[in-house]
Amino acid sequence: MSTPFYVSPQQAMADRAEYARKGIARGRSLVVLQYADGIVFVGENPSRALHKFSEIYDRIGFAAAGKYNEYENLRIGGVRYADLRGYTYDRDDVTARGLANVYAQTLGTIFSSAAEKPYEVELVVAEVGATAAGDQIYRLPHDGSIVDEHGSVAVGGNAEQISTFLDQRHRDGMTLSEALKLAVQALSNQTNGADREIPADRLEVAVLDRTRSQQRKFKRIRGRQLERLLEPVVAAEAQADAVSNDEAPEESA
Amino acid sequence: MDFLGSHSPEMLPGNRKLPEGIVEAPHGTTIVAATFPGGVVLAGDRRATMGNMIAQRDIEKVFPADEYSAVGIAGTAGLAVEMVKLFQLELEHFEKVEGATLSLEGKANRLSTMIRGNLGMAMQGLAVVPLFAGWDEGREKGRIFSYDVTGGRSEEHGFAATGSGSIFARGSMKKLYRPDLTEEEATTLVVQALYDAADDDSATGGPDLARRIFPIVTVITDEGFRRLTEDESSALARSVTEHRLEQPDGPRAALL
Repeated sequence: MSTPFYVSPQQAMADRAEYARKGIARGRSLVVLQYADGIVFVGENPSRALHKFSEIYDRIGFAAAGKYNEYENLRIGGVRYADLRGYTYDRDDVTARGLANVYAQTLGTIFSSAAEKPYEVELVVAEVGATAAGDQIYRLPHDGSIVDEHGSVAVGGNAEQISTFLDQRHRDGMTLSEALKLAVQALSNQTNGADREIPADRLEVAVLDRTRSQQRKFKRIRGRQLERLLEPVVAAEAQADAVSNDEAPEESA
Repeated sequence: MDFLGSHSPEMLPGNRKLPEGIVEAPHGTTIVAATFPGGVVLAGDRRATMGNMIAQRDIEKVFPADEYSAVGIAGTAGLAVEMVKLFQLELEHFEKVEGATLSLEGKANRLSTMIRGNLGMAMQGLAVVPLFAGWDEGREKGRIFSYDVTGGRSEEHGFAATGSGSIFARGSMKKLYRPDLTEEEATTLVVQALYDAADDDSATGGPDLARRIFPIVTVITDEGFRRLTEDESSALARSVTEHRLEQPDGPRAALL
């Protein structure tokens, strides 16, 4: 029988964190922004079957970056938690804070237990309030901590860069179209400076819209509606392209 | 529901220990439904009775099951409301987990299983007999399903009624129903049927003009579920009542 090497707890945790971070970084980033009438989720997702964003309950939405099978499991767990709570007590008794705590417990337990590998996921749980002041956005990194976010949040691959970009430009009371354009701009912003354009059919967009008359505020935005909301930005980007084209020959010259 | 069954089985109606003897509890009475090209209407009166007594004058017995279907309940009110709540939960849960809605047939079958689960209670006099109506997106039409106590499900074409006043409501609709009704005519038809049911069945409540309690009328079309507003249903009930002042038995059908 081989004698295991001694590994200090600090080192073990650091290794696990590193492992989880790498797993998350492989996934594409996504952003969650507050806008005047609610919260918008935007991410690049070529697949139309596998969703990154989904509805948990009336006012609560879920976004995840990382390994699909792991966050899908967490999502279903969240839906169950919320539905059971809502059925046992009342629909108003299901809150994002409660759900975030459950997720934090799950992630934290798996992260610090010795046997299994940590979850390679980073989650966002958002709840839309009756007014913008009542909106709540929680970010849950792989290690089970909870970060209470305001305005904008990015998770996944180059989250840090994107959130810096968003922090500088996001302001309260943006319209949906403005917020959406900003989000797409943030996602297309690359580290090497070469911006690429993400076509509308590769975007996954969902909103928690407090003005929706139904009890369930979650709604996916796709197809024509998405194109309409993005339209002016396409024109603006075309202009930007034209400008950069003008500049390009000078640089090469 | 399967999850609920394994997680906290005591919350499911079917798993409870049956009470001994006969329990007297409020009963809901008449529910009617009728299809029209482009949708289906489902309506119910507002009375709940307990034996000879009126237990509640303004009970609500028609509920949206999800965006494209509704369920109206007759029978033991408490159990029925719980069943509807569980049914709504299940449809919503399925939709969120699977990312797609159940087919109308699927929903109807699910309700059937739930009623069957209640058979033990039904044997003690606590039956729940709903009427389920919805918009079938595949076939692009409104459909109605009726149930019996054992969970037997049957699709009704045109119109249907359940509950103590259903015999009279059905007779009324039989004479008034036409397949080419407009949405407005269909809502009038169900209010007429409820009026006739209330006329002959003591357990069914008619429009209460003094207390402003009017039948609940809901319409399901391809745009989804819509409940007529207080103003709309009161206008409808008032016009039916006014015509009845001249013709107490309601509109006459042709003799031949």
